[in-house]
Amino acid sequence: MDIPAFPYHIFPLGDSALTVDYGNCIDEAINREVIARFIQLRQEPLHGMIEVVPAYSSFTVYYDVFSVKKKAGSDRTAFDWMQEKVKERLAQTPDYEEETERIIHIPVCYEDEFAPDLRYLAAEKNITVDSVIQIHTSKPYKVYMLGFLPGFTYMGEVDDRIKMPRKPQPVSIAAGSVGIAGRQTGIYPLASPGGWQIIGSTPAVLFDVQKELPALLRAGDRVQFYSITSNEFYKIQNSSLPGENLGVEL
Amino acid sequence: MSIKIIKAGILDTIQDKGRYGYQHLGINPTGAMDSYALQVCNILVGNSPGEAVVEMHFPAAVYLFTAPALIALGGADFSASINGDSVPHLQPIMVCKNDVLQFHKPTNGARAYLAVAGGLAIDPWMNSYSTHLKAKAGGYLGRSLQKDDELLLRQLPKFPGKKDEFSVLPWQVDINWFGKDYPKEILALPGHEWERLVEASKENFTITSFVIAKQSDRMGFRLNNRPLYSITDKEVISAAVSFGTIQLLPDGGLIILMADHQTTGGYPRVAHVITAHQSRLAQLKAGDTIQFRLTDQSTAEELLIKQRQHLLQLQNACTFRLEEYFHANRN
Repeated sequence: MDIPAFPYHIFPLGDSALTVDYGNCIDEAINREVIARFIQLRQEPLHGMIEVVPAYSSFTVYYDVFSVKKKAGSDRTAFDWMQEKVKERLAQTPDYEEETERIIHIPVCYEDEFAPDLRYLAAEKNITVDSVIQIHTSKPYKVYMLGFLPGFTYMGEVDDRIKMPRKPQPVSIAAGSVGIAGRQTGIYPLASPGGWQIIGSTPAVLFDVQKELPALLRAGDRVQFYSITSNEFYKIQNSSLPGENLGVEL
Repeated sequence: MSIKIIKAGILDTIQDKGRYGYQHLGINPTGAMDSYALQVCNILVGNSPGEAVVEMHFPAAVYLFTAPALIALGGADFSASINGDSVPHLQPIMVCKNDVLQFHKPTNGARAYLAVAGGLAIDPWMNSYSTHLKAKAGGYLGRSLQKDDELLLRQLPKFPGKKDEFSVLPWQVDINWFGKDYPKEILALPGHEWERLVEASKENFTITSFVIAKQSDRMGFRLNNRPLYSITDKEVISAAVSFGTIQLLPDGGLIILMADHQTTGGYPRVAHVITAHQSRLAQLKAGDTIQFRLTDQSTAEELLIKQRQHLLQLQNACTFRLEEYFHANRN
């Protein structure tokens, strides 16, 4: 399969990491390239590489300066050496088994007690609460990246009719909260301060420290939300055994 | 064979060099704020440099040893005592069963470390012993140490100490490596969004002294500063940030990301504190001032490599001393 060449540029992120940037944007094709490169580098790590962190339109390679510098010699910085190796790698078409795209169905309760900002958002957007729910559940969202909190997914893009800026000040947000920020939507896996507009909550466990793979979702997944009642919410929450994720369908 | 917490400190956690390899899942590395001090303490007791230790803030906990142990204290100096007698910083100490270790006054620095020879018998989470407070995982039950907690030790010391009195082993890390006070000058590399700053703000960044604000913690240091101005308010799409990244907040304030920083962020990254200066930064606290100076990639790398070489030298010296001491004190 031919991967189209995406223009990029590389900049240092401090003295122990470099970022390959495809242009500060939210774009499905670019994000697919980012994830492909992330997988490629993880499968065949570069000398001195510590880890790779993919984001929307960039990925960052962390490296051990001490061991990279040994290879680089005295007339080049570790950054220069690493940059060259990354460029060589980017010149190759990634040779990997494309992971099948997963669609994950996640239950969300949009009732008042779970949705502190839903009525406000509906009023601001001049539509009914039911329309917000209908629009939010109308299509699957792509998981562009994980970041911010363990297991936190940045997904998109929501319809213009329900897009909404972040709050000016972060507030305390419960685990499982489903929010909107601009055209992004996401789920708070853990309780945390946050600024997204909360329109619902899921009983699904997005991050389980007991599991070998603690995050339920990964970059590249697609998430389809579906609406449940508070009765169903509590039923799922109370009858799930540890490690089980009732209501979540692959 | 354990250390019991008989009085809790304000924030004592188990930390190692951090949890790497999982940032793509949003799992931030955490780890010691002052990774250099962590390594020095471990080396002093003959551990591998990245072994798990206790990181303390002041007021720190009071510890009771239920068995003899070889320990070292480093990082901040909190005026430690054992059974009421003061004990030195950066020097191996053989403690006895029932000895009580406590800390009286922070005289220098903000984060102190306690390393124990052989290490702590705790389970790693995602390949690291570091406490992840937010995920409530890693370290000791994923939280800070509380009264009556008991840290099990992996092994007894390799050589016997005095029978009923702690003893300070006769060698010490050269304090001159650190300087008497933690220096206030912090070298930084320009960040990707440095060019967004207006010229006057660029100048202010290096001319002004910044005061570390009260709202500073293991996640980040807020700085009290006159606002810095950006030539654009173009959104930065979320991308990786790291320990030392200096972000420009919407109100013109600055925050330096520290050990518990999140993996990605969407604020402009105006600069990055060089890795070799993370240690001195970690030893500053609210009210302390810092002065930034811009540097270049090769200087930053050189200083980091020099720091690593220091640690290797120290490790060789300490290994030799410990072996010598072990032979001399064998029954």
